[in-house]
Amino acid sequence: MTYVIAAPCVADFSCAEICPVSAISPAPPDPVFQNAEQLFIDPGKCINCGACLDVCPVSAIFEEGSLPEKWKHYVALNREYFEVTA
Amino acid sequence: MTDNAPVRVAIVGAGPAGLYAAGHLLDNRDFQVEIDFIERLPTPWGLVRSGVAPDHAEKKRIVDRLFDFTLRDPRVRFFGNIAVGEHVTTDELAQWYDAVIFAHGAGSHNALGIEGETLDGVWGAREFVQFYNGHPDQAHLHFDVSHPRAVIVGNGNVALDIARILTTDVAALAQTDIADHALQALRNSRIEEVVVMGRRDLEFAAFNNPELEEFDREGAADIAVRGGLVPPRSQLEPLAAWRAHRRFEIMRALTARPRRGGGKRIVFHFLATPVALRGNGRVKQVDYVTNSALRSGGTVSYKAGTEVETLPAGLVLLACGYRGSPLAGLPFDAESGVVPNRAGRVLGKDGALSGIYVTGWIKRGCRGIIGSNRWCADETTKGLLEDYRAGRLAAGALQRDELCDLLTRRNPDVVMFDHWRAIDRAERLAGRGAGRPRVKLTRTDALLSAAHGPSRRIAARSAEPTAGTVS
Repeated sequence: MTYVIAAPCVADFSCAEICPVSAISPAPPDPVFQNAEQLFIDPGKCINCGACLDVCPVSAIFEEGSLPEKWKHYVALNREYFEVTA
Repeated sequence: MTDNAPVRVAIVGAGPAGLYAAGHLLDNRDFQVEIDFIERLPTPWGLVRSGVAPDHAEKKRIVDRLFDFTLRDPRVRFFGNIAVGEHVTTDELAQWYDAVIFAHGAGSHNALGIEGETLDGVWGAREFVQFYNGHPDQAHLHFDVSHPRAVIVGNGNVALDIARILTTDVAALAQTDIADHALQALRNSRIEEVVVMGRRDLEFAAFNNPELEEFDREGAADIAVRGGLVPPRSQLEPLAAWRAHRRFEIMRALTARPRRGGGKRIVFHFLATPVALRGNGRVKQVDYVTNSALRSGGTVSYKAGTEVETLPAGLVLLACGYRGSPLAGLPFDAESGVVPNRAGRVLGKDGALSGIYVTGWIKRGCRGIIGSNRWCADETTKGLLEDYRAGRLAAGALQRDELCDLLTRRNPDVVMFDHWRAIDRAERLAGRGAGRPRVKLTRTDALLSAAHGPSRRIAARSAEPTAGTVS
């Protein structure tokens, strides 16, 4: 299981700052952040600690298994972001 | 300034840009800070209240989960209903405080520069967005929704918000905090088709994918595409290609849905540029040309066609981007619509102005989403604290209590945090019965009544000093 960022994300990168394993991208100073639609969590790095969950100001982060139905596809989107940018 | 004295900062504008700046200042470990928000409206939160669409309740959670804590901090004060240029000047703020951060955002929109832009029925998207969000400046406006077609020029996220609001079932909108006057207008709407017209093709359209995806929800309008639904083929950079591919797949799924029948529809009209808006006093049609995309490697340019076509419409909304507007006493670059600055330090003719900063849209232009302002504000506040550390800030002339007294004399109808809480409570209570998050008060007098109580207001008015007697 992993945590997943879904559609409400507003790119407040508090999650990326607090993540102990730097699993969240894009975050400053990555220039990609400037035009980011949202941030993503790398399922290969996430240790499921939940630190990001608490600091997200819009509650955009869910545990994979508790994603609302309409945002289930964000599991794949979070994974794909890191495949594409690897 | 003694070593123990706090840095006293005024922040003009209590929207995300200013609130993130305040958050960074409060979080700094080196210096004590005291922050006063100077806000033109009786309400805080800026575009979270007056910009974010009413059906995006999840994004508004940022108020209760973050910004409210900032404004409640004992080191922070809120002075609402205080307008720079009316109750105070920029020079006064600069003298009174150790530093001033201007975070007043965008007060205007990009014009198209074509014939007919001033016809009745042609509006800036900003005006319509503020109207449906209950901004007191636009509460009195009347939008003609009697014609079956509305055209939105531009296809960014704001255009998508407007298209959604114009086509969503009114019963669903009635569960949100949309302004009551907008709800009433939409109940009477005869709009059947909303055309979202953009110069570029789908691959390079301005909207974000999560926003486009929202048209997938139950009750959403039918979606059609004019100007070609072609797979992306220009992006060489993998991330851009991935986003373009996702966008194409979303759009393909939306257009492939069975028609609802009888419902409203949204037409994404790509590769079209308006050349004139025509009508006799009131807009009747949009004249446009079709563009062709010229691809070369990873870049695309667009060539306007010569054949002018016509689309009848009764409402035209210009959504080609917001734009900063000048504020008296503050430098302004009319070309780019921002305050000239270096990393947030405002630049005058002879370099950086001491103690004057900008953050948010007025600093970097109208780009990015709510959280983009957090990085932006980090840069500005770092510069401010650096300047303070280096002794480059001239000490403000007034103490904390003096500032409060003076601002209250300048406008006895000042809305402080507790007054705002009274407004907030009144709005939330009004929403309770109707199953809505809140019912917004949209007139300044109603907001001030809720803030101060009706009797307090009358007393304050009669005690108001005449101009010239206040220092």
